[in-house]
Amino acid sequence: MSLDEIKIGGMGASRRRVEDNRFIRGKGKYVDDVVLPGMLHMEILRSTVAHARIKSIDTSAAWEVPGVRLVLTGEMMAARNLAWMPTLSYDTQAVLATDKVRFQGQEVAAVIADDPYVAKDACAKIVVEYEQLPAIVNPTQAQDPSMPIIRDDKENQPTNKIFEWEIGDKERTDQAFADADVVSTIDLHYPRSHPSPMENCGSIADYDRATGKLTVYMTSQAPHIVRAAVAMVAEIPEHQIRIISPDLGGGFGNKVPIYPGYVISILASILTERPVKWIEDNTGNLISTGFGRDVYLQGQVAMRKDGKILGMRMHTISDHGAFYADAQPTKFKIGLMHSTFACYDIPAAHLTSVGYYTNKAPGGVAYRCSFRVTEAMFFQERMIHAAANDLGMDQAEFRRINLVKDDMFPYRTAFGFLTDSGQYDKCMQVGMEAIGYDTFKQEQEEARKRGKLLGLGISTMTEPLGAGNSREYDIIGIKMFDSAELRIHMTGKAILRTGAKTQGQGHETTWAQIVAHELGIPADDIVVEEGDTDTAPFGMGTYASRSTPVAGAAVAMVARKIRAKARKIAAHLLEVSEEDIEWELGRFYVRGNQERGVTIQDCALAAYSNIPDGMEPGLENNAYYDPPNLTWPFAAYFCKVEVDAETGVWDVLKFVAVDDCGVRINPMIVEGQVMGGLTEAYAMANMQYITFDEEGNCIGSNYMDYLLPTAWETPGFELHEVVTPCPHHPIGAKGIGECATVAGPAAFVNAVMNAIEHTGVRNVDMPLMPNRVFEALQTGKDVSGMPPVKVG
Amino acid sequence: MYPPKFAYEAPKSIGEAIALLEAGGGEAKILAGGQSLIPMVKLRFASPEMLVDINGIPGLDYMTIDPDGTLRIGALVRHEDLEQSTTLAATHPTLAAAASLVADPIIRTRGTFVGSLCHADPQGDWSATMIALGGRIVVQGPKGKREIDLRNFVVGPFTNALAYNEIAIEAVIPPAKGTPRGSYLKLERRVGDFATASVAVALDMNGATVGRAGCALAGVGGRTIDANDAISVLVGKTLTPENIEAAADAVAAAADPRTDHRGSSDYKRHIVKTFVTRILTNIAHSEQKAA
Repeated sequence: MSLDEIKIGGMGASRRRVEDNRFIRGKGKYVDDVVLPGMLHMEILRSTVAHARIKSIDTSAAWEVPGVRLVLTGEMMAARNLAWMPTLSYDTQAVLATDKVRFQGQEVAAVIADDPYVAKDACAKIVVEYEQLPAIVNPTQAQDPSMPIIRDDKENQPTNKIFEWEIGDKERTDQAFADADVVSTIDLHYPRSHPSPMENCGSIADYDRATGKLTVYMTSQAPHIVRAAVAMVAEIPEHQIRIISPDLGGGFGNKVPIYPGYVISILASILTERPVKWIEDNTGNLISTGFGRDVYLQGQVAMRKDGKILGMRMHTISDHGAFYADAQPTKFKIGLMHSTFACYDIPAAHLTSVGYYTNKAPGGVAYRCSFRVTEAMFFQERMIHAAANDLGMDQAEFRRINLVKDDMFPYRTAFGFLTDSGQYDKCMQVGMEAIGYDTFKQEQEEARKRGKLLGLGISTMTEPLGAGNSREYDIIGIKMFDSAELRIHMTGKAILRTGAKTQGQGHETTWAQIVAHELGIPADDIVVEEGDTDTAPFGMGTYASRSTPVAGAAVAMVARKIRAKARKIAAHLLEVSEEDIEWELGRFYVRGNQERGVTIQDCALAAYSNIPDGMEPGLENNAYYDPPNLTWPFAAYFCKVEVDAETGVWDVLKFVAVDDCGVRINPMIVEGQVMGGLTEAYAMANMQYITFDEEGNCIGSNYMDYLLPTAWETPGFELHEVVTPCPHHPIGAKGIGECATVAGPAAFVNAVMNAIEHTGVRNVDMPLMPNRVFEALQTGKDVSGMPPVKVG
Repeated sequence: MYPPKFAYEAPKSIGEAIALLEAGGGEAKILAGGQSLIPMVKLRFASPEMLVDINGIPGLDYMTIDPDGTLRIGALVRHEDLEQSTTLAATHPTLAAAASLVADPIIRTRGTFVGSLCHADPQGDWSATMIALGGRIVVQGPKGKREIDLRNFVVGPFTNALAYNEIAIEAVIPPAKGTPRGSYLKLERRVGDFATASVAVALDMNGATVGRAGCALAGVGGRTIDANDAISVLVGKTLTPENIEAAADAVAAAADPRTDHRGSSDYKRHIVKTFVTRILTNIAHSEQKAA
């Protein structure tokens, strides 16, 4: 009698993504597809220099261009108290520059015109006179007392240092190092990388003076946060603000921050009383919006001879650009960097961090990671790799000695996180078998005799995904929980809304599967809607792999509330007491008489047509979910490479990814997430390079220089799964969206290092471009992406 | 990515196109494949007042071989036409090797061989192959046609020898004097990338002896590097490891790379030497097999 859950598109079904129906037909509706009557177009003039005092801005020629409606400068923004805006890290960021420009590409002026061509033409007519200042392009220069103070706009900012922060137990860690047989040390740089969503950022602000309502179409991963921020900054009451985030062409963290372009378009619409569209171009996106990483590491591991890790120290030096705009939970200054080593049983650990302003675009966004977790895990796995080598121990054996064992959960990490589940050693076994670990060393030796350089790298990690809980996690004071609202129509069809915002994750598909699992309503009968703050319940948005852990849990919980009411209706329809009602997927029946039952659809109809006395009609509800803990997925990745000794070019021969993300709602989507993340990891490890010359010019501000890998060079990935359900999530799921980006880079780098470290080299910084690998092979020395002078 | 205003003309004959260029007075540009020109216009690196689209001019999409073996490639032959050719590998192995390494498949369907030569990118693939093959370009202006050796056609980075009122209408590759051998190797960071360093080698073999030797390099100088003189040390010789090394050293010395984020000048020079060695060693092996 019971429904086949896979057939109705429930949990575990590799259901085709419903959103793809419109995407593959070119029928998606992105911000740039929205055309409003009377809409004007905005173009931003960006700074050509990295650090300069603005002596003058002459906009008169721009005003003369036919079709120009408005030219905005920082001075005009300042007159409305909008020249500066708050960042998500309690700093301020210039909307349009007034006093100085602080990075190349900074917003200096804006032209609003009848069409985007005119706006661009008029931008070229604006004359800005700069008095150039020395540019600071790395933390070393930021510490140099002879260099200028970047943030001379701020009081109490006598240096370029943003923060110093520490966590862990220094004394215990010092003792662990005193007790150690072997101490391993490694210095690294995780270079700046860019999220590179296919769709750039943009907005259409539409202020209606008659109603006082501000509607903004916006590329936002977190529309409700934007609504709150606009209410605070623009002094428009929150109920008069509607943020609509339509289809998004990827986000990867890039669309979490609030960008100057959004704010300028809002003011422009208020002033012109016309809708104003701003669509950023590729260079604008690369040069000015939230980047990821750019962190230097000094790492140390203390070990006993038998391989047991006694303690670790990490000192990070981070480059935040001109404004401290990291999107991260308020309590933590360098994101969740202290989640490092969470999968290892380490008695003592100590992390110190220092952050600096530089003349580079602000960011520090969580590019496909849960707040600096990518850096944390990359540093961890490079430290582990070096430590195993320094001990002379096998890479897999060293990890297996130190990984947290199954019977140790729940496990309190040295930095205070509580990991709650996993089968780490099982994942290792699955991966080792798939990659052919046991025969590799022989293979490597034989290949070397033939002049071929093979290498095998491992990366293992557990990462904290799904912030809250709300006790620990908030963003600018707003607690990190999430919500869902479910309405069952009388014919048994439904609409589900959540406070998350899909941008490729496939929420329209998977949320319906959770409802199908909980209620037995076929997933095809459920429409999912997100991104409109006037209709969706409040939520913190989608990033940091938090959708399934938080909003997904809210979906399950609201479905359970609906089921509880439907049970009462079923008792009424079946004329028995509620206690005598049993549930099977999609159907209530009378205990002891399974034939006698009603479907969930019967109950839905009755909710509108045959309600028991005293019961409210209708079948709808909402749920707010505050997770008791983060979720802790585990990844064990194995990569085998061949390095061409004559050129330094390296090829991936095989890549095995073992992921344990708990219960999989839609296995196909999980696999897509892992493959996409591994592709990005490969890009970072192999080719992506965005850097700055000594004058602060951004090198790599277009997609001919900053490379996205194509299907041609991206290696194949062999995926495996282990399932350890999350003990606290209603359906046992853990986050997965970012595991591969987080754990992937170290697997590639460790593999290449394994192929070349016989020369004595310990580290080549990412990206492992052929010239860097070749240099390491030739010299046997480290190849550093760090600035020449030691920092910290 | 909004270009400045420009006029657009689509002439139906070369004469009409030349007249439009004349009228443009140096502010008109020929649009063929547009794969470099359009991005440059959209980025406002170039702002021509007029684009003269020659795609509607009939009879420019030919690729023919004269009875004496001369290869002629018309102005509207796309990269893909060379890549798809079933005979090019036998007659012009250097061109065939480069064809699949030019840009990416999307660009290859639209971009043109001759247009790419006119673009004169120091990292461009076709210029290197043409110089190695001793190729020429036929240009037509108000006073008629003239032929320019490719070595003189590329005069600097993104600068060619065309007068403002001339159109490049055909590339000419002279016949091989012997069995044509050669290849093209390119170090690129990703499909569609320009060369970090690349090497085109074209040899005409008389038995085991090198008759004519041609070589040119991309990505390792301010313009395409003509390494024909350097590789001429092979002429009259066989492809022994010693001769190959001497040639590779000579070609590497002709490179003029600069250090940038793709690698040091020494590294790029080393890549040139490695690629020359690889191409010549491969030819030597296939000659041995053939013998």
